[in-house]
Amino acid sequence: MVEVTKLIHKYLRHDKKFPHVWCPGCGIGIMLGALVRAIDRVGYSKDEIVMVSGIGCTGRLPVYVDFNTLHTTHGRALAFGTGVKLANPNLKVIVVMGDGDAVAIGGNHFIHAARRNIDITAIILNNSVYGMTGGQFSPTTPYGMKTTTTVYSNVEQAFKISELAVTAGAVFVARGTVYHAKLLDGLMEKAFLKVGFSVVEVISHCHTQFGRLNRMGSAVEMMQWQREHAVTVEKARQMKEKELQDKFKIGVLVDRELPVYQDEYEKVRKWSQGVVKK
Amino acid sequence: MGIILAEAIGIYDGKYVAQTQSYGPEARGGLSKAEVVVSNEEIDYPKAMKLDLLLAMNQKSCDDYYMDLKPDGVLIVDSTFVTQVPNLKAFQIPFTRIAREKFKKEMVANIIALGAITKLTPVVTSRAIESAVLARVPKGTEKLNHDALKTGMAAAKKVMKNIVPQTNSEWADEDT
Amino acid sequence: MKKKGRQEKLLQGNEAIVEGALRAGCRFFAGYPITPATEIAELLSVRLPQVDGTFIQMEDEIASLAAVIGASLAGVKSMTATSGPGFSLMQENLGFAVIAEVPCVIVDAMRGGPSTGLPTLPSQSDIMQARWGTHGDHPIIALCPSTIRECYDLTIKAFNFSEKYRNPVIILVDEVVAHMREKIVLSDEEDIEIFNRVKPTVPPEWYIPYEDTPQGVPAMANFGEGYRYHVTGLTHDIRGFPTSRPDEIDPFIRRLFRKISQNFSDIQIGEFFQTENADITIIAYGCIARSAKRAVIDARERGVKVGLLTLNTIWPFMRAQVEKVLQTSRVIIVPEMNMGQISREVKRVNKGAAKVFTLNKVDGTIITPQEILARIKEVS
Repeated sequence: MVEVTKLIHKYLRHDKKFPHVWCPGCGIGIMLGALVRAIDRVGYSKDEIVMVSGIGCTGRLPVYVDFNTLHTTHGRALAFGTGVKLANPNLKVIVVMGDGDAVAIGGNHFIHAARRNIDITAIILNNSVYGMTGGQFSPTTPYGMKTTTTVYSNVEQAFKISELAVTAGAVFVARGTVYHAKLLDGLMEKAFLKVGFSVVEVISHCHTQFGRLNRMGSAVEMMQWQREHAVTVEKARQMKEKELQDKFKIGVLVDRELPVYQDEYEKVRKWSQGVVKK
Repeated sequence: MGIILAEAIGIYDGKYVAQTQSYGPEARGGLSKAEVVVSNEEIDYPKAMKLDLLLAMNQKSCDDYYMDLKPDGVLIVDSTFVTQVPNLKAFQIPFTRIAREKFKKEMVANIIALGAITKLTPVVTSRAIESAVLARVPKGTEKLNHDALKTGMAAAKKVMKNIVPQTNSEWADEDT
Repeated sequence: MKKKGRQEKLLQGNEAIVEGALRAGCRFFAGYPITPATEIAELLSVRLPQVDGTFIQMEDEIASLAAVIGASLAGVKSMTATSGPGFSLMQENLGFAVIAEVPCVIVDAMRGGPSTGLPTLPSQSDIMQARWGTHGDHPIIALCPSTIRECYDLTIKAFNFSEKYRNPVIILVDEVVAHMREKIVLSDEEDIEIFNRVKPTVPPEWYIPYEDTPQGVPAMANFGEGYRYHVTGLTHDIRGFPTSRPDEIDPFIRRLFRKISQNFSDIQIGEFFQTENADITIIAYGCIARSAKRAVIDARERGVKVGLLTLNTIWPFMRAQVEKVLQTSRVIIVPEMNMGQISREVKRVNKGAAKVFTLNKVDGTIITPQEILARIKEVS
């Protein structure tokens, strides 16, 4: 408790911006806790962090933290972050997005940031729904679920955010849940330390919209669903495909080395200046 | 080609010059037009209207823009492609064929044409066109382009023997 | 021809814009290829890394302007360049730059529209889009060059205005001027004013990022300099935090307008040409100002008293200057390559003293001096 109070005082705009906009029981608070703990452990100074977000419930997160914070337009957070990082590579750019932000309206920016392998950490809270606008389906809403724009049933297939990031070229991809809070701390810490485009997908719940419409119960019950359906990467290796059908993997999915954009661009500068011959 | 001519006249001969162009969506093979307006005063309207010189590199350009040429304007055509000249006073030089046969590079047809313009009209000096060509062409191709320019000048001298060009002191517009 | 530090060059409008941007201190460009603005991107991809700057080709125009705004917040003068279709996509983040007061420069090389329209042919039809393209009430600055020298000078001014007033500045260049080549003399020694954003002088704990000032422009801290503050596209209070309090919203929006409106004399650039005793005044901008100048000279030779007001600043609209010619001239003619966008503004400010005539051309070709002369004859 003492440690929590210390972190609140150190990292949150506690005297200015609270109470926050999120519903009681929301998973974003748990993700915010994990973020702050991981940042504290990595030891970044508050001045060197730029936290960028888009629009939606998750987009509101940066206003509560005492960093350089940039709350941008819907889906564009990664593009803004790209500009910040390239203009001042010493800054640590952390982009927080929701599922709508990252893979619907900002889907193109997401895959291209991964392809470029720019040194940014993307934290994506996936709660399978548009929460702030009142519970419409998102690209990660599972087939057959109800939302306010699929009242009969969702007939679209869901994106798998982490798998998409792997294919697009991210060098570090991990998935966690807000239920597995301790694991989440560690995944974020690893992502921050990785040079290149790193992604942490955080499976969360929206009991207010998604849970209510699909009779999934309270926040607690939805977190229990996370516990029952999450399988660690290590455990998944020993399981058969059939057993994994309605499960999702948590842990580090990819950790690899690929050329990092700003290092490559530094080469371009050298070539252009005739310091090094191409 | 329009850029090099404009640069020769504007930078190396020190006159006022405005160069514009129009082209279609095709990167290669489409119709394109470069216009150069030359003046001793500042140029306002930048497009060429009543042409003192028309250089047509193909039949369609010749047909389309011949009407814009002044009655006493000079017409130069690439006779490789322009087989029907609207005006018997036209200077007919096979720029592309020379480029192909002498240099094995069709690309230098434009430079050969610039050489010819220099000799057939008073619009630009030889010194200026040489400097402008050498400044604009890619490194390593200087000799090739210089030779092409000279070839164009020589070809012009040859056709001049056949036709007596009109002397025109009032050069204002130039179209290539 | 070459003196020390002085260069005579034959430059394209787009190339002169690049030279101006570099001279103004631009060190970041993000863009997406589009005709007829591509030369700006191509040239900056060569030049920016040479001066330790950054060029990046983004996945679309939305991302391009986003990256430009991000880079500017991190302290680097930044720009993008596009044409109509891309400018449409940029409207979203243009509004963000306005509300968050982030300096940046956007070049719109105008081609024929709507939609894909005429990629390689000129037009002046983005005048109103530059003014009202992004949603919500907002101030904007838009400049329009008609010569290659103005491409250079106005680009420097664009950066200066954006830094001075913390507002995005649009350069509206038509395809003719963007692609035209003219001689220009550039000199390193030339005394050109370069303005850099005013940074806070107070310690971080006293910094109020969106505080009103006599100029209406708050001091701007760059990310990473110790002034941790919140930047948002939501309407915010003076500390930068979202607000829905009427007593905070109203002064904020009014300050955004005020910082531009109280500096009209600095921002509005134009040229009066033979307007003092003109019966007829032409109001023109961009490449058409050139045709108009020729028409004025030719008309004067024939004894018709015609003058020309060239608008280099399109927005904020040069009302005072236009009103001046509206009072002294009997007839106003506004030739433009659209269906009547600036003429609409001229008519708006006309108190009835003069008759305002339009001359609209939308066929992808430039209005000629002859066409303007014919219009003069028709209406006089």
